[in-house]
Amino acid sequence: MTGVLLDIQNLTIRAHGKPILNGISLPLKAGEITALTGESGSGKSMTALACMGLLPSVMDASGTIQFECQNLLEMPEKALTQVRGQQIGMIFQEPMTALNPLHTIGRQVAETIRIHAKPPNRAEEQARAVLRKVGLDMPLSRYPHELSGGQRQRVAIAMAIALRPALLIADEPTTALDVTTQAQILDLLKSLVKSEGMALMMITHDLAVVGEMADHIAVMQSGNIVEHAPTAELFARMRHPYTRALFDASWHKAQLPEAASGTPLLSVRGINRDYPLPRPRPFAKRPAFRAVNGVSLEINTGERVGLVGESGCGKSTLTRAILGLEPIQGGEITLNGEPVFTHGRPNRDVQRQMQVVFQDPYGSFNPRHRVSRLITEPFHLLNKPPVGAERERAIAEALTAVGLTPDDQHKHIHAFSGGQRQRIAIARALIIRPKLILFDEAVSALDVRVRATILDLMADLSREYGLTYLFISHDLGVVRSITDRVLVMQKGRIVEEGPTERVFDAPEHPYTQNLIAAAPRLPDIGDFHAA
Amino acid sequence: MLVYLTRRLTSLILSLAAASLVIFLVVEVAPGDPASYMLGINAQPDTVAALRAELGLDVPRWQRYLSWVTGMLSGDFGTSYTYRTPVSGMIADRLWVSLPLALYALTLSTLIALPAGIIAASRRGRAADVGVMAATQLGVAVPNFWFAMLLVLLFAIRLQIMPSGGFPGWEDPVQAMKALTLPAIALALPQAAILARVLRSSLIDALGEDYIRTARAKGLTRGQALWRHGLRNALIPVLTIIGLQFSFLLAGAIIIEQVFYLPGLGRLIFQSISQRDLIVVESVVMLLVFAVILVNFMTDLAYAIVDPRLRRRA
Repeated sequence: MTGVLLDIQNLTIRAHGKPILNGISLPLKAGEITALTGESGSGKSMTALACMGLLPSVMDASGTIQFECQNLLEMPEKALTQVRGQQIGMIFQEPMTALNPLHTIGRQVAETIRIHAKPPNRAEEQARAVLRKVGLDMPLSRYPHELSGGQRQRVAIAMAIALRPALLIADEPTTALDVTTQAQILDLLKSLVKSEGMALMMITHDLAVVGEMADHIAVMQSGNIVEHAPTAELFARMRHPYTRALFDASWHKAQLPEAASGTPLLSVRGINRDYPLPRPRPFAKRPAFRAVNGVSLEINTGERVGLVGESGCGKSTLTRAILGLEPIQGGEITLNGEPVFTHGRPNRDVQRQMQVVFQDPYGSFNPRHRVSRLITEPFHLLNKPPVGAERERAIAEALTAVGLTPDDQHKHIHAFSGGQRQRIAIARALIIRPKLILFDEAVSALDVRVRATILDLMADLSREYGLTYLFISHDLGVVRSITDRVLVMQKGRIVEEGPTERVFDAPEHPYTQNLIAAAPRLPDIGDFHAA
Repeated sequence: MLVYLTRRLTSLILSLAAASLVIFLVVEVAPGDPASYMLGINAQPDTVAALRAELGLDVPRWQRYLSWVTGMLSGDFGTSYTYRTPVSGMIADRLWVSLPLALYALTLSTLIALPAGIIAASRRGRAADVGVMAATQLGVAVPNFWFAMLLVLLFAIRLQIMPSGGFPGWEDPVQAMKALTLPAIALALPQAAILARVLRSSLIDALGEDYIRTARAKGLTRGQALWRHGLRNALIPVLTIIGLQFSFLLAGAIIIEQVFYLPGLGRLIFQSISQRDLIVVESVVMLLVFAVILVNFMTDLAYAIVDPRLRRRA
């Protein structure tokens, strides 16, 4: 192999003697994008950190990482600080926290130049040039909190490429971003690889992103690279069953039963939600930010409705308003003809007919309670909660319905995996047989294979219980596979509404068209066979 | 920034007004009439009434409140019931001891705490950290007057290089500083222990943040990342504690003042309370409230200087 820039040979990483990486080997060439993909915990990020010499101190690595005739693993710390930032740059997943909130963006980009370049003058000027290169034309005196997530990620990229490193490592660089922003950042990375002749090691769990970006793909599973090939070849052959499983799960479409034509259940008519902003001057009238602006929607019994939109569009606020958790400043919300708010207060009789499943399977349970107590929390909403044998039966039934066993009720939440926790969250929502369930990004934090099983579970439950739900997500692919009808939200308004297939195949509103065009698509296997 | 400043100033003035009212009312409803206290149990009622008139205690309460507040605004704190001298002069004398002592102690505590906290956080779990944590645990647990007595035993009695108490006045600044040194150390040690612990945990939190990892990925050493990115982010809780400590040191040094026989504010207020010298009590308490509110105001300003995100918000 010629032109190998970074050569990982037999890299093994152990933490407290427990192996995390089992002797992986991976060559990276200049001017090429190599993607590392796989589920969480497969060792992708540890591989990247090992290349930077930034592994947590409890881990030790063996093997070799050859970079410019030197083994990075044996390099002393002092020499490594010369390599980092200068020859290898790295960007991370969370643009919101990756920048120091107290320094201006100019200073942070210039810092990369200042600590390496000798003499360090003209750092400001260079910083300005680099920021322009990543498409950010704004004063250097801005602070990170004045920037959007996408802009912050551009600053992070500018810091990483300021000294034109030979290798750029990007660890889930777009996972926290909206689809349209994601598309822009991916384009930027691609063009930088081309213009700077860098090698890019791209870590992502998202096969669709991988397929559009990478020249080579390495699929990782529990500390091993199970398959490594040029992108087209990998998608065409998928030698390893795990690769195929990942691919199938990403494609996965749950088999929803036909929607029963039901009666109107939820009706939202022209609601507004305003958040007061700080006064511009003392004693001035407080301006307000209208997060939800004249939104109307109807959901019938048995309908599965999706709500998509980018972060900040107001979809979570709308969800909370429907649940009666946010006061509204105008309009009306009724469930079965009864208002959610009576005299500005949430109506408990209506609230008990709705349940919600949130995104974070780790943060939405009290870790000190047992499952039986966790999933019976909605009983507080009932006037006469079931007791004794009846309660036991309800618990057993809810757990069985989500694919767990009645015995699981005695365990604590830490005994369950992310997917199982989300099943418990669904059991908690089901236990009082609500008329409407709201899924707020309920599968966004899950790995693709787990996500597929949860989507299947939702389809099964729809079949058995005739569920009615509102499924809120930024992930268009998931919404497409699990809903009958979809609403598209932008800046507090619903801009398009229609049957899911129609909206995705022939979007009418320009915003919907943008969203769908920006979403990375999985390559059709047929394309590669034909090629 | 201007909005932030006006808001803080408005809240400062409102707090002062509210505090003056509360102090006045509390002192008024406290049992014990100053006039009858001063004249003893056997005083004739008309003598008491005459003294009350002389002290200005016979006019309606709201009038007394107003004249007290307006007087304070023009620097006139009234006349002490007991000593018949202007309160402003009494307070000024004491302030010249208490304020330097508080600043001295705060400087010492910060000078001890900063390096200790930084060393502990950057060597977390290692010998230096364990040492600092043990020392600060001791510093938090042991009362400052006990430290004070140990210091007197060692430096004043055994080594005889420091005075054991009293205050010679500021005519000779060197002697004055010498007199304040042992009390300042005694006051500073427990404060330094608290401050070092706060800084350590705040810095450890900051060092776990993503931007520290970003800084390391840019090629900064651990030390550089700590100094340039960790420390300033760790400073907000530290500033809060420093502000609280200053207020405490100003008024709370009473035991230390007693041990070293220093004529400070703490002793003044203690004497005034026991002698029902209400006007002095009111004025000193008001002054301390003013100091606390002013320090809070300055802490808020310091926050805004450290953290650009706070400049916009309230």
